[in-house]
Amino acid sequence: MSIRHGLLALLERGQMYGYQLRAAFEESTGSTWPLNIGQVYTTLNRLERDGLVRSLPEHEGGQRPYEITDAGRADLALWFVTPISRNDRPRDELSIKLALALTTPGVDVRAVVQTQRSATMRTLQELTRLKYTSDRPEDLPWRLVLDAMMFQAEAEIRWLDHCETSLVRHRPAAPTARSGSPPEVVDRADEEAHR
Amino acid sequence: MTGPDCAVLELRDVHRTHGDGEAAVHALRGVSLTVRPGELVAVMGPSGSGKSTLLTLAGGLDRPTAGEVLVEGEQLGALNGRRLARLRRRRIGYVFQDLNLLGSLTAVENIALPLELDGVGVRQARRAALAALDEVSLTGLGARFPDQMSGGQQQRVAIARALVGERRLVLADEPTGALDSQTGEAVLHLLRRRVDAGAAGVLVTHEARHAGWADRVVFLRDGVMVDSTAPLTGVEHLLSGSGR
Repeated sequence: MSIRHGLLALLERGQMYGYQLRAAFEESTGSTWPLNIGQVYTTLNRLERDGLVRSLPEHEGGQRPYEITDAGRADLALWFVTPISRNDRPRDELSIKLALALTTPGVDVRAVVQTQRSATMRTLQELTRLKYTSDRPEDLPWRLVLDAMMFQAEAEIRWLDHCETSLVRHRPAAPTARSGSPPEVVDRADEEAHR
Repeated sequence: MTGPDCAVLELRDVHRTHGDGEAAVHALRGVSLTVRPGELVAVMGPSGSGKSTLLTLAGGLDRPTAGEVLVEGEQLGALNGRRLARLRRRRIGYVFQDLNLLGSLTAVENIALPLELDGVGVRQARRAALAALDEVSLTGLGARFPDQMSGGQQQRVAIARALVGERRLVLADEPTGALDSQTGEAVLHLLRRRVDAGAAGVLVTHEARHAGWADRVVFLRDGVMVDSTAPLTGVEHLLSGSGR
C-alpha cells in the first residue's frame, strides 16, 4: 500500500491537517506503520500537485488543513476495487537468502532456518499478546491488521518447517539412489558431516 | 525470588530411550526445561521430535531413562506409585487431543471425578466442578452427557477437568485438536488465563499460531532442544538461564 492512499482514505472522513493525519494513520494501523511528519507533508504536497487533495486556508493556530478532491475520491475508489498484485511487493529477501544459503559453501542451512523461525515465532508471540490485550469493539480495525501480520508470520513459519523437512528428506543420497530424482535440496551441514 | 526454588516444573538433563541395543530409539536426549508460575511454554518440533514424550515425563505418566523431573520441587522419580498418583491428581492437569471424557458421566461428574478420587467430598467436588464449568463458559450445561455436547463444548469440559481445583501445572498436548479456529482460540484463551492467574503451563503443538500464546517457545528436534525464543515479558525470566 502507498501512504498516499492511506491519507486519501483518512481525508475522506473529513478535512485534517498533517499532525492529525499522522495520528489517525497510526491509530488505524495500530502503530504497526509509524510515519514521520515529513513523510506526511511530502505525500500531501504530491497529492496536491496531482490534484487529489487541496489545501485550505490556515487555522489561527497556523495549521493548514487539507481536503480530498473529486479526483482524489475517484483515485481512492479505484484503489479499493483493485486487488494488490504480488508483483508490486518487494522481493522476499528471506526466500532468496535461503536459496543462496543452500548453494554457498560452509553455510549451515538448518541453523539459518532455525534462527529465522525463532525470530518469526517471537514476532508471532508479540502479535498474539497484542491481540489478546485489545478486545474492545473499537479495536476491530487494528485487530484485523494484527491478524494479517499474524497470518503472514504463521505462513512464514510453516514455510520454514517445510524447508526443514525438505532438508532432512533430501540428504545427499548414495550414488545408486540418484537416478531420476528431482533436483535435490542438499543440507550443507549434513553433506560436510558425511565427508 | 528466582531460580529453581520457584519453578513449578523442572526437567534436568532428561533422557528417554525406548528399547535397547541397535533397536534403541532415543526419544529425548538431555533436555532441560524450567517452567515458573505464570509462564506458558510451548514446545514445537516435527513429528517424532520428542514433544509428546516430554509432556508424558513432565506429567509423571512415564519415567525418564536418565535425568530428573521435579514438580514443585518434588522429584517424581523418588515417589512411589501411590504418592505419584496423588501428586498427579492434585497438582497436574492434562488436556489431551483425544478428550478421554467418560461417556457415562455428565459434564460436571467428569470434572468432579479427579477430586472425588482424591477423597474430596461429593458436594465440595461438585461445587468446584461447577466453578470450573463457569470458568470455561459452560454454565448450565453440567447435566449434559458428552454425546449431548458439541466437539468444542466437550473440549472445554476436558479443559475444565484439567483446571479444576488447585492444579498448579497444566499440560496440554495439541489441545485444540480438530476444533475450528475460533473454538480453538477460545481453548487457548482459557489456558492462558489460568496461567496468568499463577499456574505454569506446557503446551505441545505443531501450530505456530497456537504457540504464539506462549511466553516462551522451545524447539525440539530429534530429542534435543535446539532453540528457544526469548521470554516475552518479565525480568524474572531473564535472571536464570536454566530455561534455555
